[in-house]
Amino acid sequence: MATKTPESAGDELPTGRDLTDNPVVISSRGLSKSFRIPERKVDSIKERAVHPFRRQPYRDLEVLKDVNFDIHEGEFFGITGRNGSGKSTLLKILASIYPKDGGSLKVAGKLAPFIELGVGFNLDLNARENIVLNALMMGMPRKLAESRIESVLEFAELKEFADLKLKNYSSGMLVRLAFSTMLEADVDILLIDEVLAVGDAAFMKKCDDAFIDMRAAGKTVILVTHDMDSVERLCDRAMLLEDGRIKEIGAPGDVGREYMRSNFADAAEEHDRHLPKDQRAALMLGAWLEDEQGTRIYNVPEGGLVRSVVELEIREEIPAPMLVGAFSTYLHSEIVHVTDFRQKPVVDGKEIEVLTPGQRITFATEFESPFKPDRYSVTFRLCRNDDFDDVAMQMVGAIDFVVFGTSSQLGLVEVEMKHEARLAEPGPGPEEDSGP
Amino acid sequence: MSASPKELVEVPGPSALGGGWRRFFELLYLISVTDFKKNYFDTALGYLWSLARPLMLFAVLLFVFTRIFRIGSEVEFYPVLLLFNIVLMSFFQEATIGSVTSVVSQEGIVRKTHFPRLVIPLSTVVTGTFNLGLNLIVVVVFIIAFGVQVTWTWLLFPFVILALFVLTAAMAMLLSSLYVRFRDVGIIWSVAVTALFYATPVLYPLEIVPEQYVKWIMINPLTPIFEQARHWVIDPSAPGAVAAAGGWIHLLPAIAVFIGTCLLAVWVFRREAPRIAEEI
Repeated sequence: MATKTPESAGDELPTGRDLTDNPVVISSRGLSKSFRIPERKVDSIKERAVHPFRRQPYRDLEVLKDVNFDIHEGEFFGITGRNGSGKSTLLKILASIYPKDGGSLKVAGKLAPFIELGVGFNLDLNARENIVLNALMMGMPRKLAESRIESVLEFAELKEFADLKLKNYSSGMLVRLAFSTMLEADVDILLIDEVLAVGDAAFMKKCDDAFIDMRAAGKTVILVTHDMDSVERLCDRAMLLEDGRIKEIGAPGDVGREYMRSNFADAAEEHDRHLPKDQRAALMLGAWLEDEQGTRIYNVPEGGLVRSVVELEIREEIPAPMLVGAFSTYLHSEIVHVTDFRQKPVVDGKEIEVLTPGQRITFATEFESPFKPDRYSVTFRLCRNDDFDDVAMQMVGAIDFVVFGTSSQLGLVEVEMKHEARLAEPGPGPEEDSGP
Repeated sequence: MSASPKELVEVPGPSALGGGWRRFFELLYLISVTDFKKNYFDTALGYLWSLARPLMLFAVLLFVFTRIFRIGSEVEFYPVLLLFNIVLMSFFQEATIGSVTSVVSQEGIVRKTHFPRLVIPLSTVVTGTFNLGLNLIVVVVFIIAFGVQVTWTWLLFPFVILALFVLTAAMAMLLSSLYVRFRDVGIIWSVAVTALFYATPVLYPLEIVPEQYVKWIMINPLTPIFEQARHWVIDPSAPGAVAAAGGWIHLLPAIAVFIGTCLLAVWVFRREAPRIAEEI
């Protein structure tokens, strides 16, 4: 098991601490779990009665295979992986929601039984009653639960809404209440499934502070997320699951990079399979990004120099060709066009007037990556007659790439700016009341 | 960081009781009280609604069986006996029917928390018991108004309630866990519960049942419970469970069914509880 030295320290959140000398509080050895997926779900007793001895056809879907890891006391541990990698199943086994099939999973200390915020909430009750209900679920005695109502309300900044039924709460208020209730629970190990991207900036800051307090109190936190940014921002160590196995375990930065890499590898494979469908006047032989040395890259560091390359084989004559490359990203699950470029084939300083069948041409475009950390894709289009709408070939999402970095600046792109300020001394006379 | 490392123990996995008795009972109590309150404080007429159903049924049946069929007029204290029986039977019917879908409808809790599974069906039974308690107050008013003698055997009545509660809880456990896998349990039970209403001496006292059918009705574990309740509360001259059955021997089938149901319920629920989250 690789444990790396702290990567970053000194900000308000000391991530990447090396706590591997602390006692182990969660230990998994050879943990396995499979789900029995019925090929045809027999839901009625009648079918059972008609065929009492027929075995139900099913297949076993292995979701966790021989998973071994240790988590140490006080660690902020991230579990990440793509959808279906088994990360949520692992969390559910930890929380005693699913039984395990094999191996051993041991825990020292008290563990929060929730994996999602606010599951136990009853919307017909007010905040006070729900705080007690939630605390009882966490295994707190009733008296103690009642004594903590005020501090939970205070943290959630919901004092004036304490007697309002939860069904009248906004979703943001619900999350705040849920998060505060969880923090007040008297548990040693907290399990959190994708919750950090909620609330406004001020509340997130508060949560960060709370995490620092939790660390100081020696609490262990396990965070399951596919948001690599929170892993790198919060975790001391992290683990990447792929198809139910541990792909990487160690420093959050390494795990993050591995995650991006594996994500991209699959996307590229997928894309190659779909390639022949789109061939029209030209066939795309390949498209990729490379760095200054010419090595292909899948992840682009923020602000790095990048070259996009596309290789085409011409099938039909294309007069006055023009290549269009468009960068897009997802924002609130909508595709957003970030920027594009248009490029005429200029070879040895001479513009090519027509592309003829059988020719192979490679376009390269170099740029300083202006993108903020996120996932992006590039769509290529080869046009005829200098006309943007006369498409000879199109490949949507020819390149998928991830920009990584730790920028905390908002927005989609980073623009090079020159800043300057001028200060004018108040002049005499009328200038004072009639400003420019 | 705490100095003494805690001992590593295997995660318990999901179970019927999940996480200790204290947590189990506190959750059971809180959730039952919450549901109970919700039923009564969210509607304008609150408590009256829970009385309206049995009272309405009572009025209709009373008319039918004293004016049309006239069997009622031969039985001492028939109106109060009928009301008493209807209230007890409504508890059994409503609690078991309510429990069928209880676990499935609490999907969120089942799939996302380590929640003692047993709390869910049991809380519907406990909520029903609170209802029953309130309804019985009204029944007592009727009983006394009709001139029934208050006797010391009233003190034994809680044993009847206990037996009824255990049987209802057992059915609730059985039905709610089976429903997760077999959705037709809901339909089957809604039919079965109606059949049970007639197979239990609710509308009729056992002594007017023709001899050859009595032994069949006595297999139903609800029968001795209702007979004993009548003997203790309404009419001490009416036969108790043992006398109605014609001796202890004849009571054994009902006792066997009662115990069998409870054991089966515990066995099925314990077996199904850990996998409920996956099966839903």
